[in-house]
Amino acid sequence: MISKTINLTLKVWRQNRGEKKGRLETYSAKNISVDMSFLEMLDVVNEELTKNKKETIAFDHDCREGICGMCGAVVNGRPHGHEKETTLCQLHMRHFSDGDIIVIEPWRARAFPLIKDLVVDRSALDNIIQAGGFISVNAGGAPDANALPISKEIAEAAFNAAACIGCGACVAACPNASAMLFVSAKVSQFALLPQGRPEAARRARTMVRMMDQCGFGNCSNETECEAECPKGISISNIARLNREFLKAEFS
Amino acid sequence: MNPDVKMHTKLDAKVPAGSLAEKWDRHRFNLKLVNPANKKKFEIIVVGTGLAGASAAATFAELGYHVKNFCIQDSPRRAHSIAAQGGINAAKNYSNDGDSVWRLFYDTIKGGDFRAREANVYRLAQLSCNIIDHCVAQGIPFARDYGGFLDNRSFGGAQVSRTFYAKGQTGQQLLLGAYSSLMRQVSTGMVKLFPRREMMDLVVVDGKARGIVVRNLITGELETYTAHAVVLATGGYGNVFNLSTNAMASNVTAAFRAYKKGAYFANPCYTQIHPTCIPVHGTFQSKLTLMSESLRNDGRVWVPKKPRDKRRPGDIPESERDYYLENKYPSFGNLVPRDVASRNAKEQCDLEKGVGETGLAVYLDFADAIKRDGENAIAGKYGNLFQMYEKITGDNPYKTPMMIYPAVHYTMGGLWVDYNLMSTIPGLFVLGEANFSDHGANRLGASALMQGLADGYFVIPYTIGGYLAQTSFSEINVPDSKEFKQGIQNVQQRIDKLLSVNGRRTVTEFHRELGLILWEYCGMSRNEEGLLKAREMVSNLRHEFWKDVYVPGTGKDLNQSLEKAGRVADFLEFGELMILDALARKESCGCHFNTAFQTEENEARRDDQNFCHVACWEYNGDDQVPNFHKESLTFENVELSQRSYK
Ligand SMILES: Cc1cc2nc3c(=O)[nH]c(=O)nc-3n(C[C@H](O)[C@H](O)[C@H](O)COP(=O)(O)OP(=O)(O)OC[C@H]3O[C@@H](n4cnc5c(N)ncnc54)[C@H](O)[C@@H]3O)c2cc1C
Ligand code: SF4
Ligand code: FES
Repeated sequence: MISKTINLTLKVWRQNRGEKKGRLETYSAKNISVDMSFLEMLDVVNEELTKNKKETIAFDHDCREGICGMCGAVVNGRPHGHEKETTLCQLHMRHFSDGDIIVIEPWRARAFPLIKDLVVDRSALDNIIQAGGFISVNAGGAPDANALPISKEIAEAAFNAAACIGCGACVAACPNASAMLFVSAKVSQFALLPQGRPEAARRARTMVRMMDQCGFGNCSNETECEAECPKGISISNIARLNREFLKAEFS
Repeated sequence: MNPDVKMHTKLDAKVPAGSLAEKWDRHRFNLKLVNPANKKKFEIIVVGTGLAGASAAATFAELGYHVKNFCIQDSPRRAHSIAAQGGINAAKNYSNDGDSVWRLFYDTIKGGDFRAREANVYRLAQLSCNIIDHCVAQGIPFARDYGGFLDNRSFGGAQVSRTFYAKGQTGQQLLLGAYSSLMRQVSTGMVKLFPRREMMDLVVVDGKARGIVVRNLITGELETYTAHAVVLATGGYGNVFNLSTNAMASNVTAAFRAYKKGAYFANPCYTQIHPTCIPVHGTFQSKLTLMSESLRNDGRVWVPKKPRDKRRPGDIPESERDYYLENKYPSFGNLVPRDVASRNAKEQCDLEKGVGETGLAVYLDFADAIKRDGENAIAGKYGNLFQMYEKITGDNPYKTPMMIYPAVHYTMGGLWVDYNLMSTIPGLFVLGEANFSDHGANRLGASALMQGLADGYFVIPYTIGGYLAQTSFSEINVPDSKEFKQGIQNVQQRIDKLLSVNGRRTVTEFHRELGLILWEYCGMSRNEEGLLKAREMVSNLRHEFWKDVYVPGTGKDLNQSLEKAGRVADFLEFGELMILDALARKESCGCHFNTAFQTEENEARRDDQNFCHVACWEYNGDDQVPNFHKESLTFENVELSQRSYK
């Protein structure tokens, strides 16, 4: 029993560092086993390019398990491709058919300048966390972990918000290139937990300000972010962020 | 000992005096303190932003030191620690089931097959409780029970429930906690962040670690940074095997460069192979995915009795299945330790009883558990794992048995450090998986996260102070420093060389070949003949690499092929060191299983008379056999015993 293979045509965004304009270039991906992941398929194309002494396609990746948030590209117009709640590294080729044409482009957003090919600079997301995405506690001073009971429901809701992997697909999906889903996930995680309450209002304000400063757009409730988020982060977090933000502005 | 290896001095681990329970307290008292006003005069380089690196960098900054923090990924939050699933141990005894600092200490020492340092392990068990307190304060959403208190589970065969977890994403949540503390310190200006940088060399001035050379992965430029101390938290080297559960960028480069600058490498042959991973699907497989070990609580492992039986699992009747773990180890059955389960799986496949397309897999069957407890109960326990399995393989484990195979998972070996976590180079400290310290010859589940965070939050912040307070430092002016100039020059030469070979084979091809050699001869079981053969094969492969590799692109740009080439070049050299270490350890212990040394029950047979030591290797020039040093291990508090799982 040999697993099924397919042949594909790729149109991949190529753009060198410093180049004003990029272009879609066409490659063929031959004999791709349907058990491969999307990134392994790109590996195959890159091996072929290397053998022909050509420069490989640059793309970010690391864990290849859907948890580090490093990978991501827009595949046929959809961030991380068409499978629901799946990162690009966990998208398997069995979801494609022989003869498919696949267009692969980088995240596009003003706040994510392009570095090369499919690689963009997402350090703006780190800047947002620096603005307030933490609880101000130093190592060494904490009380016993069980001193503060937290209901299972609250702990789980906080966990669900904390599951964001910081990939930036929500930004790529949003017509305004807003990072609201990302910001709201972090604000919610801490706003839900009693440890995070003391700084909740300030955190919402400083993080949203930083988001604006970094060049992300505003949220106009398009909900594309939720649809494309690989971790199923809910837009109800945005409502919670808005409440915290209003509190901060009026206090 | 091999005839060509030179034996040298004994190493002093600087373990403080006093009873085990008092050592750390006393030591902290005896360590010199840096005057609070002086802390800001010191700069510390931290390489790595995983649990160990991020926690150390954040804590240094909280104390008032200036920190420069480096990582390969585009953000510190993406370090490989993010992928840890199962949990983190702590001796809280919240379950009231008899756990204690002593029990965690004892389990860790025994699990490591008595090849770890007592004092370090005891300190680790002591600090485990502080970690959980701090992590909860940071807002880490650990699993809780209905009373709102923290939930614990038993993990990796432990007899007590001491593992704290956050669904199957414990590493992610712990790392995001450390990352948030780190980001807070970036915003205060105490930490300066350098992502997308790869450390290419360590710079030693007047015998002390004083800086690093890094490659800016975007521009390709080589940059130098100075500091009063350098802390490496660069993770493990499992990717030397090509396929492993580690993230793609995990490497040995940083540690190996430090080794070449004089830091001793300890126990490189100790690698842990995890029994339950998703099997390899083909040549282009890029990494392996771990399935939680908890699956063995309900799944039954079997293979067909007949070799090369290609029937579908459902068509193989009960009488023609071999539940080999249950048959061989009647009392532990499917729950034998990781190394035993792994070795047995490979053995079955070597007998051509392996299943699936490649014949490199065994079944893990839930049919009986589903019959017994119902599909809902099984889904409640393992739902997310079954889903993940289906996503990757396209098979539904409720309907057909899972296929699993062992995979390289963790490396216990690493740079040698003393009780202060300082290497043999003054001012070079090593934390987390990158050091060799606490797990001996085998690591217990949920202990790596604990060690990384103990090192970073609670050990190094003290011990580095002792070093800084006692050391005098010369001024360094980089443009004039011959050491820094030399560092840049060496790195540049190597990059130029990689780009100019212009051969015919790709880096991936070499990496794959190296991986296969090590897996076969220096993997879960070894013997002298195989190791000798492998040593020659790896050496030949390395020479071939430098003659025939082709690396596309230039050095002046983001060039992922070049990055990989550098890492694989180091793996090729390092592979030989692993083999040498495995050859020199003429016993079996923990994950180092030499078939010549086994009990009648096929258990590792230690030789405590001759090998109760840490094996340390000192670089001695290219193509030269490294010098051997040893740290003798003495056990004053536990009795050495022989494992048995029959
Ligand atoms: C799939 C999986 C599941 C696991 N599950 C568990 C578990 O449940 N419980 C448990 O206790 N342990 C678990 N482990 C083990 C544990 O995750 C690791 O041992 C631990 O996270 C290592 O942390 P670290 O901080 O030492 O290194 P890492 O997290 O590997 O971080 C290394 C850092 O160093 C940087 N770096 C590396 N090389 C360089 C260089 N040359 N230049 C610059 N920067 C560099 C990287 O960018 C990164 O920031 C698991 C491991 C795997 C693979
Ligand atoms: S909210 Fe979802 S899409 Fe946005 S960064 Fe987080 S995980 Fe990615
Ligand atoms: S590579 Fe880590 S999420 Fe895809």
